[in-house]
Amino acid sequence: MKRPVIQTSGLCIGYAGKGRKPQIVHKDLNLELFPAEVTCLLGLNGMGKSTLLRTLCGFQSPIAGEILLNDKPLKTYSQAELSLVVGVVLTEKTNVGGITVYELVSLGRHPHSGFFGRLKKQDRRVIEQSLQAAGILHKANYYVSELSDGERQKAMIAKTLSQECPIILLDEPTAFLDITGRMETMILLRKLAREQQKAILLSTHDMDQAIRMGDCLWLLGNDRPVVYGTPEDLILNNTFESFFGKDNMVFDPFSGRLNVKTTLPPIGLDGDPFTSGWVGNALIRNGRQPSPGIRRPHIHCIHRHQMVLTLPDGTQKTTASIKELLGEMNENKLISGDDKARSEEWS
Amino acid sequence: MRVSLFFSVLSVLLLFLFMGSLVYGAVSIPPESVLRILLGKEPERMSWQHIILQSRLPQAVTALLAGASLAVSGLLLQTLFRNPLAGPSILGISDGANLGVAVVMLSFGGSLGRLADLPVSGYPAIILAAFAGACTILSIILYFSSKVRNNVMLLIIGIMIGYLASSVISILNLYAAVDKVHSYVMWGLGSFSGVSLAQLPLFAVCTLTGLLPAVLLIKPLNALLLGEIYAANLGVRIRPTRMFILLCTGLLTAITTAFCGPVAFIGLAVPHIARLLLGSSNHKMLLPFTLLAGSCTALLCNILMVIPGTNIILPLNAVTPLIGAPVIIYVILNRKNIQYFN
Repeated sequence: MKRPVIQTSGLCIGYAGKGRKPQIVHKDLNLELFPAEVTCLLGLNGMGKSTLLRTLCGFQSPIAGEILLNDKPLKTYSQAELSLVVGVVLTEKTNVGGITVYELVSLGRHPHSGFFGRLKKQDRRVIEQSLQAAGILHKANYYVSELSDGERQKAMIAKTLSQECPIILLDEPTAFLDITGRMETMILLRKLAREQQKAILLSTHDMDQAIRMGDCLWLLGNDRPVVYGTPEDLILNNTFESFFGKDNMVFDPFSGRLNVKTTLPPIGLDGDPFTSGWVGNALIRNGRQPSPGIRRPHIHCIHRHQMVLTLPDGTQKTTASIKELLGEMNENKLISGDDKARSEEWS
Repeated sequence: MRVSLFFSVLSVLLLFLFMGSLVYGAVSIPPESVLRILLGKEPERMSWQHIILQSRLPQAVTALLAGASLAVSGLLLQTLFRNPLAGPSILGISDGANLGVAVVMLSFGGSLGRLADLPVSGYPAIILAAFAGACTILSIILYFSSKVRNNVMLLIIGIMIGYLASSVISILNLYAAVDKVHSYVMWGLGSFSGVSLAQLPLFAVCTLTGLLPAVLLIKPLNALLLGEIYAANLGVRIRPTRMFILLCTGLLTAITTAFCGPVAFIGLAVPHIARLLLGSSNHKMLLPFTLLAGSCTALLCNILMVIPGTNIILPLNAVTPLIGAPVIIYVILNRKNIQYFN
């Protein structure tokens, strides 16, 4: 059994004002962070993701409870000691245009170097390895301002690597990245967890990404205890549904996504699984939940370019694309925005 | 390679400008004579010896040291506040020195030689007043720096305190006698000629006391480039570091203002010149480079103050913006090339 590198017990986070009542963001947090795993912290805005991260890396003191870092209480660490254990990456784009990527990554050696920050041979080796591991070695002599946003985050991750700390905390590291940048960052983090046994905790809003790429999820919700576990388990035991379901949206446990809550009666759908999968996507967007058991109205997908729509009165229409199919349905008032049509069908 | 080339060029330039400051002036003295006087040989005219040793030499050394002080404090503040427009005059520290001097000059008339009724001679009184004023403002800033976590807020508080000091000065001006106001205004124009040969060691020691600790700050300054959270994560203790930086800049600004008057623009512009030339924000190079560039700029201003072929000497603060303002405008127009700041 692996030992957790971070363990919290009865942790209460928030802001302790002078003389005022402390403003509690979240309480009773009992969490464990394990090495060689990517843990994603999911939660809506205001649920205390950033507060939790700031508390875990010692920028903010907890209101109550205890945090153990490597079995030693966090509050007994000096700032210098802490910088050898926890490395951080923030969401903001770091605007330090005037230094090169190499110089940026060498800042990670600060906790290891002496008073004047002279780099020894050993330091230079670590810096180069970090650049290599983060896949940014080829840009080592570029100015930070010349990098793309994704490369900048890689450089910041390389900085934490050269810090040589076993724990890396990232506050929404992918928030401002484009879709490939997000994926690359996540692939990199997974690689680092696996190859260098790092314990990685990142907060994110990207549920899809967290489910796909996280070894473990921490779910922070409003007025309820934090839930953690393997993403698939949390889906199988309906935790996701209870966390993210709202009036007008619903968590779809099959696709692992939030969908529009359907308002119209379900419609029959079967046939070629690939085609029917995407037809289902279009149906949900238009307010109709597909369901295999219904005969009328019904859509049968023969292949990608042939779908047969059976109307409530039994007439059949063959369409060659989803656009055409939706047009046909709209014409027959199966998916219109017209509420009157909907209620007629209901009755 | 490129860096060492820059440093050699700048060092040669510094030497050249320093010699230029000695040779060039309202009274024309041939360079050979200047050299003879410096080497301690018998000059052609005794008045020349007096001009060189008693006036031009201390003035050049003062410019050298004051330029370095102002530029370094500007750099420290710009890095600390992560703001390209931070500078010694913006935190209210030089306004504090102004206020101190205004109180002495406008209420007692403490200008050079004008002060018969005070026990201390006029000049030390002004120096003490400037220093006291700067230290007062500095301690207020330091007090707030332990209260306010946010650096931008601290910067705003500094600017506000500067305004307060200025408004007190205006009120003092209103009630002071015309001749006193005149001598205060003259002081406010700034000059490197205020430090006599006898005062020079004191000035030099004070300046170096402020400059040496700045060198010790290179490592935390580089970490601060990433912002306070990253710096803290790299093991920098933010509050003591911030205190230390403020103390350093406060000391440097107070001393320079006390001896040379409020010198505008050098502190703001020179760090930008240094960054543009060097193409780097790494303080390991940038700090010594800024120091040299500050000295060069001050010496250049010192030379430009003298209008060729005349006896007219322009006020220092009329000359510094001629160099400073175009640089600031250039920086603003070219921000996108290398984003040194947010």
